[in-house]
Amino acid sequence: MTAFDAARTWRLHPQVSVRPEPFGALLYHFGTRRLSFLKDRLLLDVVRALDGRLSATAACLAAGVPADQLARYERALAQLAAGDLLRPIDRDEVAG
Amino acid sequence: MSIATPVPRLVDQFQLGLDAPICLTWELTYACNLACVHCLSSSGRRDPHELSTAESKAVIDELERMQVFYVNIGGGEPTVRPDFWELVDYATAHHVGVKFSTNGVKITREVADRLAASDYVDVQISLDGATPEVNDAVRGRGSYATAVRAMEHLDRAGFRGFKLSVVVTRHNAGQLDAFKKIADRYGAQLRLTRLRPSGRGADVWDELHPLPEQQRELYQWLLAHGDDVLTGDSFFHLSAYGESLPGLNLCGAGRVVCLIDPVGDVYACPFAIHDAFLAGNIRDPGGFAAVWRESPLFLDLRRPQTGGACTRCSAYDACRGGCMAAKFFTGLPLDGPDPECVQGHGATALRVADRATAPRPSGDHSHAAGVRSAPVQLGIPTARARRPVRACDESPLNGGSR
Amino acid sequence: MTESAPKTAAQDATLSDALVEDELLVEEVSIDGMCGVY
Repeated sequence: MTAFDAARTWRLHPQVSVRPEPFGALLYHFGTRRLSFLKDRLLLDVVRALDGRLSATAACLAAGVPADQLARYERALAQLAAGDLLRPIDRDEVAG
Repeated sequence: MSIATPVPRLVDQFQLGLDAPICLTWELTYACNLACVHCLSSSGRRDPHELSTAESKAVIDELERMQVFYVNIGGGEPTVRPDFWELVDYATAHHVGVKFSTNGVKITREVADRLAASDYVDVQISLDGATPEVNDAVRGRGSYATAVRAMEHLDRAGFRGFKLSVVVTRHNAGQLDAFKKIADRYGAQLRLTRLRPSGRGADVWDELHPLPEQQRELYQWLLAHGDDVLTGDSFFHLSAYGESLPGLNLCGAGRVVCLIDPVGDVYACPFAIHDAFLAGNIRDPGGFAAVWRESPLFLDLRRPQTGGACTRCSAYDACRGGCMAAKFFTGLPLDGPDPECVQGHGATALRVADRATAPRPSGDHSHAAGVRSAPVQLGIPTARARRPVRACDESPLNGGSR
Repeated sequence: MTESAPKTAAQDATLSDALVEDELLVEEVSIDGMCGVY
């Protein structure tokens, strides 16, 4: 499996339903039928910032992730990508 | 440099409940073509007050608003409802995923083709024996053949990964490898679930529940098969043996899951159909959402539970005291051990419990007269007599020689 | 927990192990992984 590239642009898989919760969020992928739990609200904000125009790193910073937490949040995004909840967008692909 | 904030465990978050269930069971009808001896909902005959098609669609609208991700539709036998497909299509069109449980009676080739073409409908076939002898003793003559036929159709239609769901009993606990073979043969995923003393299960639990040594073997088998075999998290009490099985490992009743029954009653879970676990009715003002969010029963379940006697046990953190419904219907206190506690505390408690005064399941929709496919009583001792709701409601499975 | 001596490498490793476990921001479970559903 290739390592997660935080410099690439990512967006939420269209079959994923996001349900905010006080502790973070529930994500359900209708294609894989897997349930993922985001265990903090900041990570939810990061996921929401991934609109297909920002790199993963940029989305983290835009959502307010402190620089010294960046690696931790990028690891979380890598986990989501590994579960197919995030899709990379190629440079010539149009988002949305 | 800031220290990474420790994140609370999910199990602690969920025990306090959510604004909406993650998923739930919806029994569409009490009608069923079978008369399984252990039926958790005592099904057989349709209830005259079952939700109409319009009322059912209103429930689906609510589930969509609440972002309930998916419903497990069951019964009785849900496919005998004339509006079954209409409701399934309505749910999937409204962003509610569907898995339906069935004995397979209506899964024809055409139906299987249609299901294989849909992305948002999953199927779960019930089977409780890897051989007709073991299965039909519990589910009725011909039920094994019906299930296999359904699986053949799904397989041939290209439906990969449908579920084959088994309730583990004393008589099939030695057939786990055989069940896996059947699932593999038809491209299905095996699911093993726990027998609870619920519904008609209350009458046969003593004779059917796995023996302690079978429980331990089951645990080892599940560990060995990991994510390959599903369990519906129904064996979380076995985590007391050591390593936890995959799943949330907590009682979801009233916290992340619940049951909507055919007449709109909302219970904490499908294994707890009793007034003590009745949270409300979706026909009341505020509908399902109000019941989920405001019913005193659910609010109570979402408060931190005292483990009572169990908190002194070193295994409590793993098993959380086990299954509420299993304790309730065997007459054990809810703040004590599970009847199948792997440390043996439940067996001890059962010996001194007054079983005769244990709560009886509410309601009984069992067939009154003989059913064409009545279970063949091979190798299963006569069911203990049940107190019928009305004299004319005597189930043919009752009594006999006592 | 009081520390009278500077942390050893072993103690450091234990602390960061604990952080890594608490650190996980994403948890996955099967939709079948909730007790109380058919």
